[in-house]
Amino acid sequence: MIAALFRRLGQTLFVLFGISVLVFLVFFATPGADPTSRIAGKNASPETMARVRHEYGFDRPLPVQYATMMKKLFITRDLASYVDRGELVVPEIVQAAPVTLSLATGGAVIWVVMSVVMGTTAAAFRGTLIDRGLMILGLIGISIPVFWLGQVANLITQARYHDTWLFSWVPGLGYIPFSESPLGWFRALIIPWIVLAVLFIGIYGRVLRADLIAVSGEDFMRTARAKGLSPARVLLVHGLRTSMITFVSLFGLDFAQLIGGGALLTEVVFGLQGVGRLTYQALSNLDLPLIMASVMYSAVFVVLANAVVDMVYVFLDPRVRDAR
Amino acid sequence: MRAEAPLLEVHDLSVSFRSRGRYIPIVEKVSFSVGSREILGIVGESGSGKSVTAMAIMGLIDAPDVKITGSARFRGQELVGLPQKAFRHLRGRDIAMIFQDPMTAFTPVYTIGWQIDEQIRAHEALSKTGARARTVQLLGDMGVPDPERTANRYPHQLSGGLRQRAMIAMALSCNPVMLIADEPTTALDVTVQAQILDLLRNLRHNYGSSVLLITHDMGVVAETCDNVMVLYSGRVAERGPGEAIFAQPAHPYTAALLDSIPPLTGPRPARLPSIAGSPPAPLERPSGCAFAPRCHYAHESCVMLPPLISYGSQDVACVLPVEGRPLPPRVVADVA
Amino acid sequence: MVAQSVPFPAPVAAPAGPWRAAGRVLIGNRSAMTALMVLLLMAFSCVMAPFYAQDIAHTDPFTSNVAGSLTLNGHDVDIMQPNDNPLHLGLSPVGPTWHASAYLLGADSQGRDVAARLLYGGRNSLMISFSAALLCIAMAATVGVLAGFFGGIIDIILSRLMDIMWAVPVYLFAISLSIVTISQGLKIGPFTIESDNLLIPVVIIALVYVPYAARPIRGRVMALRNAEFVTAAKSLGVPRWRILLLDILPNVSTTLVVLAPLLTALALLAESALSFLSIGVQAPAASWGTIIQDGEGLIYTRPMVAIAPGLAIVIVVLALNILGDGLRDALDVRETSRKGT
Repeated sequence: MIAALFRRLGQTLFVLFGISVLVFLVFFATPGADPTSRIAGKNASPETMARVRHEYGFDRPLPVQYATMMKKLFITRDLASYVDRGELVVPEIVQAAPVTLSLATGGAVIWVVMSVVMGTTAAAFRGTLIDRGLMILGLIGISIPVFWLGQVANLITQARYHDTWLFSWVPGLGYIPFSESPLGWFRALIIPWIVLAVLFIGIYGRVLRADLIAVSGEDFMRTARAKGLSPARVLLVHGLRTSMITFVSLFGLDFAQLIGGGALLTEVVFGLQGVGRLTYQALSNLDLPLIMASVMYSAVFVVLANAVVDMVYVFLDPRVRDAR
Repeated sequence: MRAEAPLLEVHDLSVSFRSRGRYIPIVEKVSFSVGSREILGIVGESGSGKSVTAMAIMGLIDAPDVKITGSARFRGQELVGLPQKAFRHLRGRDIAMIFQDPMTAFTPVYTIGWQIDEQIRAHEALSKTGARARTVQLLGDMGVPDPERTANRYPHQLSGGLRQRAMIAMALSCNPVMLIADEPTTALDVTVQAQILDLLRNLRHNYGSSVLLITHDMGVVAETCDNVMVLYSGRVAERGPGEAIFAQPAHPYTAALLDSIPPLTGPRPARLPSIAGSPPAPLERPSGCAFAPRCHYAHESCVMLPPLISYGSQDVACVLPVEGRPLPPRVVADVA
Repeated sequence: MVAQSVPFPAPVAAPAGPWRAAGRVLIGNRSAMTALMVLLLMAFSCVMAPFYAQDIAHTDPFTSNVAGSLTLNGHDVDIMQPNDNPLHLGLSPVGPTWHASAYLLGADSQGRDVAARLLYGGRNSLMISFSAALLCIAMAATVGVLAGFFGGIIDIILSRLMDIMWAVPVYLFAISLSIVTISQGLKIGPFTIESDNLLIPVVIIALVYVPYAARPIRGRVMALRNAEFVTAAKSLGVPRWRILLLDILPNVSTTLVVLAPLLTALALLAESALSFLSIGVQAPAASWGTIIQDGEGLIYTRPMVAIAPGLAIVIVVLALNILGDGLRDALDVRETSRKGT
């Protein structure tokens, strides 16, 4: 038990270490990507280049540069931006996190509810027009680029039909903190939530349907029917409950990626200053400290989500409970 | 109940699956009856249609491309064409079923006790504690040690034998008048097999249930059943009282099946005789006797489908007795 | 006793090879065939882009044309017109004329023909996504087969590497790589790939989806490695490379074929996202993503500029997904992992 815990911790640290090295290498060691010329400007004189290189420590060996950055990020927490000099990156992330958290959580609630309804309904009406229709809808959801859907949603709710009773309640683009106005928070986010959820409703609805159909061939489903249970009870209490095990593991990873900045396209289209958008801006400016900080932040969430999924697994599947 | 009214009377039951626009019969005109407290064994190789017959009687086949014809009367009620809603009240309460693999027949995420409680509460207005009390009682009756604790365990935590006992307990939980057991011992160790068969045999005394025992193992039939029906490739090959069939099988297929039982006593033969070849797939079933390609006695008249005729106390679908050349009585009669 | 053989029907001939059987199933699948038709039609129209631009619309979709005019129903109309929306000062481009001869879908903010750009952009989008999918499959097959077949330390290293790549959100990963290479180009030894080379998005997109495709391939190879016929071949002393080449690869190929359309769909979405963020295809070249980006500023006045390429993406990705589903059913490949985000 303790050994397994330590192994798990070791693996986690290894993955985090790997990600940080990967990011570091991409921005420092990719052929042609010299941060000095980025900071100094394209036509900077050799003296300026040398000064910048020394000042930022780019003349030191890569492992030392890496270690310095990690120390500043995790231990002294005073890592500063290269672009806005003196701007500390950790508070910036802390400020962006609630926006992303709100966006991802609301979207997740919508997509879980909708996909469970959709997948279960399709499985219950397997082979009928309802099933086919729902699955095509899901496929369309998967096929829409989220940033384009966001634009179309903006077009409808912010311009074309904004002056009608239908969408006059939609506030302008941007985030309203929950602490400021819960209703405003909800109004500002409901359209982004739906846009973000569309893709996942498609994926999860289809995955769940396939899973339910696979499960319906299992012996225990036949037993449940032979017991004289109603079809709804067989499908929901026995089928869906068992399928939830796969569903949850998918959900954990996707949710973690969104929290970790994966929702950046939605954030960009709806003008939400979240982690994804922050990361994107950092990337555009090649602001390495901010990139490093945001990527590590997102990796931590992915790893955390993995751990949570494992715990939920134990709760959902008694077989896993005994295996450890 | 009057003795002459059988509990289950199946007449000309056929099950066909549609494939590429035409219906392929899996089970063809099968007739049999099960009396009160009787144990009927349905024997056949895999693919002979024995499980499909059971599933059809249970109303568990409701795929749109399956056609079920004929009649199956249970206590006078016609089961073929019965709406699913009506079937639901029958299933689990009047007819219960246990399955081959107790490994996979329980839902993995609920405790054994929870699943038995569920069945009881699906058919009877009983409180949770009332249902659990009966569950524990049943598990104890089935010889499950420490039934209260076992009820709170998950399927994967129990051995195969215990799981099958729990399965039988669940099947009996609403006092069904008929129990369909589909290969109940196939997945179990030999010693556990004998215990489970004992359990099944005693059901009629303790619970008054009839049993429809489906198996590929003639040895199991010999130990357990009153009457036997042998299916081959979806058709009845032979049926009749167990003793008569074991003494003098009238169908070469029955005889071959009996020859392949390992003797319970005496030295084990170096090689058990086996039946060469395999039964035809439903699509390739010959129009005549389906067993003929594997039969030592096959001859010209086998190209016609032999009707089921009465021969002694048995019914047999073979031309040999008609032609006056019945199979000889079995010499080794050490079974049962 | 008579033991004569009697005429009985001979067993039915063994079924044809899996490919031919699958082909028959696929042809019988109406939605998959429709999807294939749509894809071919889209690809053909995009190939014909120069023909449309020169001979039908008489326009150059790559040069700015803000001072130009077009003839509509016998009248000369300026391409940049005074704005009809009181909030928007300045000029806005002409809207859709619905005449194929001139500005069918209107003009973008630089007065260029959106319809012609759509076709040229489609060429790039389709080419990039298809090449990226092929490259990705090649890389993923290498990784998956190596990890699955040899196992041991190779498997551990490759699988961990895939885990690390998988932990970073796919789009963020692609964006990082794009920004680095777009700003400076890519120098690999003596070779330099210019930053506006279409190869850059191809390589980047292929790379970020390798873990997605390698996983099912590795799983399939591992299952095959333990399959009876491989064990039999091993015990007969068949050399490993022969087993790999003759037993494993042909059996993995069905998985690869099923992955191809699904990956192309993912690549198309990724390409459009990168181009939308102006770090994919570089101006003046177009792709569906860059046109949506061009249309962002016009979304409230001339929404067609952004809507048309978006619809094109939806149609192609949908068709690819339907085709992928059809292939999966036809080839009976169960494990192709799901879509990544």
